[in-house]
Amino acid sequence: MTDPADFTLVEAAAALRAGQQTSVALTEAVLTRASLTEAAVHAYLTIDRSGALAAAEAADRRISSGRAVGPLDGLPIALKDNMMTRGLETTASSKILAGYIPPYDGTVVARLREAGAVFVGKTNLDEFAMGSSTENSAFGPTRNPWNLDTVPGGSSGGSAAAVAAGSALAGLGSDTGGSIRQPAALCGLVGMKPTYGLVSRYGLIAFASSLDQIGPLTHTVEDAAILYEAIAGHDPLDATSFPGPAPSGTVRLGAGVSGLRVGIVNELSGQGIDDEVMAAFRTTVERLAAAGAEIVELSLPSTATALSAYYLIAPAECSANLARFDGVRYGLRIDGGTVDEMMSRTRADGFGPEVIRRILLGTYALSAGYYDAFYGQAQRVRTLIIQEFAAAYEQVDVLVSPTAPAPAFELGAKTQDPLSMYMQDICTIPSNLSGHPAMSVPVGLSTTGLPIGFQVMAPALGETVMFQVAAAIEELSDDIGRPVLEVVAS
Amino acid sequence: MKWEPVIGIEVHVELETQSKMFCGCAVDFEAEPNTNVCPVCLGLPGALPVPNRTAIEWITKIGLAFNCSISERSQFHRKNYFYSDQPKNYQISQFDVPVCHDGWIDVTVDGETSRIRVNRAHMEEDTGKSIHVGESGRIHSATETLLNFNRAGVPLVEIVSEADIRSAAQARAYAQDLRTVVAALGVSDAKLEEGSIRFDANVSIRPVGTEPFGTKVEVKNMNSFRSLERAVDYEILRQADVLDQGGTVDQETRHWDEGEGVTHSMRSKEGSSDYRYFPEPDLLPIEVTEEWRNEIAATLPELPSARAARYVGLGVDADSATSLAGSEPLMVMFESSLAAGAPAQVAANWLTGEVTAWSRRESTDITDSALTGQHVAQLAAMVEANSLSSTAAKEVLGHVLAGEGDPADVAAAHDLIQISDSGALESAVDQVIGENEDQFARLAGGEDKLIGFFVGQVMRVTGGKADPRAVTDIIRSRIG
Repeated sequence: MTDPADFTLVEAAAALRAGQQTSVALTEAVLTRASLTEAAVHAYLTIDRSGALAAAEAADRRISSGRAVGPLDGLPIALKDNMMTRGLETTASSKILAGYIPPYDGTVVARLREAGAVFVGKTNLDEFAMGSSTENSAFGPTRNPWNLDTVPGGSSGGSAAAVAAGSALAGLGSDTGGSIRQPAALCGLVGMKPTYGLVSRYGLIAFASSLDQIGPLTHTVEDAAILYEAIAGHDPLDATSFPGPAPSGTVRLGAGVSGLRVGIVNELSGQGIDDEVMAAFRTTVERLAAAGAEIVELSLPSTATALSAYYLIAPAECSANLARFDGVRYGLRIDGGTVDEMMSRTRADGFGPEVIRRILLGTYALSAGYYDAFYGQAQRVRTLIIQEFAAAYEQVDVLVSPTAPAPAFELGAKTQDPLSMYMQDICTIPSNLSGHPAMSVPVGLSTTGLPIGFQVMAPALGETVMFQVAAAIEELSDDIGRPVLEVVAS
Repeated sequence: MKWEPVIGIEVHVELETQSKMFCGCAVDFEAEPNTNVCPVCLGLPGALPVPNRTAIEWITKIGLAFNCSISERSQFHRKNYFYSDQPKNYQISQFDVPVCHDGWIDVTVDGETSRIRVNRAHMEEDTGKSIHVGESGRIHSATETLLNFNRAGVPLVEIVSEADIRSAAQARAYAQDLRTVVAALGVSDAKLEEGSIRFDANVSIRPVGTEPFGTKVEVKNMNSFRSLERAVDYEILRQADVLDQGGTVDQETRHWDEGEGVTHSMRSKEGSSDYRYFPEPDLLPIEVTEEWRNEIAATLPELPSARAARYVGLGVDADSATSLAGSEPLMVMFESSLAAGAPAQVAANWLTGEVTAWSRRESTDITDSALTGQHVAQLAAMVEANSLSSTAAKEVLGHVLAGEGDPADVAAAHDLIQISDSGALESAVDQVIGENEDQFARLAGGEDKLIGFFVGQVMRVTGGKADPRAVTDIIRSRIG
């Protein structure tokens, strides 16, 4: 019999409804799993055992009295530690926020609470979501449950590792340049970034405001669709929130791909991509074609400059977003002779090297005399990318590419080489710049037994068709199973 | 050398909306420190701004009142600088596309009207307040700084004039007129002393007859119109002095010291010139559609130019009407005089004449004098009833302004009540005729210019209190 910690959300909800499981039992199962795996994996920064069990008990009371509030009621979920949780420490993996207890819940957190979700705890990330390996955490790296010598990807590596390891049934990440999709690919999960504006950013510690979106990390496409639907929708507290209804994620699941036009982006499906990843990509495309999809090859030349544009826009925005961490009102404070000195010392000591690198990069890019050449030029590239993608979606229903250029790499392999780390996001960044939805689906394992992801991209508000195609890919692909962790097996 | 001042004024107006610019916290400066705060205005992690629609409406009102064009789509920007009372270490402001741009107002000084162009009015948020605690209470010797974030995020409109102002008096008039308009719009309590309206002046000088601007100095910390005028005057003279002695003016910010009557160079903020503006990604562009703009325009109250036209309609001469409508203290006094029943032109003459002269001489706003509209009306009634001569009325006005009491008491105390009682006047006339029989015979014989002599003599014997017109009538009746 399957350990409840390895249930999908759909399986767990069914078991709760059928009275075969309780929320408390599910929660105990993931907490037990965490107690076995955490020493090795370190997916969590904070595990809220008592809060989770209290929420589970409340859910059980609702369910047993027939008042369950929806498909997530009673299900244990992990939250990336850049989402504000009232009364529960939230750090963004930064020393500057160590010990910080938020006085409010972010909108997504509040919605999930309303939906009855049980929060297991807060997961590790690259500091302020800046990184692709979860090694840039002030509180130590997270390891990939598929191979503890490798990284889980990042920046939502903690949530991805937690779900992969079974220490949560699903998780939430945030995606600024690929921070949900790349760890999903590396950890053998489904990871989805919604259309910009569909999910409220209120209560998400901002990295790059015009790019950040919260989204699900799950075992299956259906789970992702359910979790997405629970968090999406207009929020008056986020002025960039889309005012209309969010497209359905679940309505076209199982509808297949027959007659759909699937575009391969040449620029994202060749150079710089590992052979095994490319092979898995081609196999999947062939399967889609066999299932009735029309395959179209497309060129989106501006994507070649996306990475450069991203590394100007995101740092520029972060240089302002992170200015508030100054030691004055909350968080770390290193005293100094003057207020200015205190702020300087606090920030120099409180931020890690990658965060400082990006703040400096962004500050420089916005400086008088450089603005137009850097930030201005990057915005023009962004406009071009949006236009090219819009034109492409005139021809096809979805675009596809590999998610990450290679399977998980070893810890430390790229920490001394920021540029090669930045290349991890080469396929994922364009959708952040365009604001379009995109997701990663696992399509196989490498010869070394590491998961490989496949990316489906869709036009703005194209979630329904994106989930439809992703579900078909899931159906057409071999099940990669779950990672085998010795600590659990023994 | 002869120098010409070139002055621009930047005005910050705090809007008195119910809630702050980007969150639901109350705008209330009386509240206990740090009670009107929330994650947004405290700059907590994860908090996001949502713009206040009323504030956008009100800045549009301001723009329309200053004859500005209203941008259909304007943009918020982040202005980046570190300061401990600024929660996010950036201020949400506007940069290249403000809500209002390219307006003007006409300003009148000593009867001369000039058009001052308004470059822009943009929307931004206020900072918190720093209270420096230390031995002297001054920033340099402070040992501790307390922060109050009740003001953080209060909607602030910055109105920037072109450098069209040419004198300190004009700078003052512009500021006063601007305040009058803002107060008339009902969007701010616009109190200088409480900082809800704040004026900074950019002052430079250039040789008369030349075009290029000199180096500009920003002067801050003026908390009354008088100190604005004094500070600008001081700064003009200071710069002229520096240049006359062969020096150069530094581009800097200077702080007006009201007590010493001088400006001091402020410690320059490091890197203050580079605010690294970029479009605020948390906010969409502000849209003011033509339809909305028209709705807002329909709610504008009477503005000074319209008011002046109305005063002309009441029979006030054009110059006085412009002066009255263009100066808030005069306007307020005039309106209350009318309400108390004073004839328009009489009240206008006194207010633009004696009262204005007194205000200048005493350097006191007439709103700070003891004069009321009731006084003006009472005084006018006394003249009308011939119990005061118009000369005596002006004297009474001076005493009332000085706070000596109401016109009737003052006139009595200074023995200025005119004798218009005919019995008393007749006996005075007869006495004078009796003393000057020869002259009276000549007057009666047709030497009419002697009437002035007799009136003068009657005034002498009555101590100047006789009504000259009544006296003239009585003398003529004695001839006939």
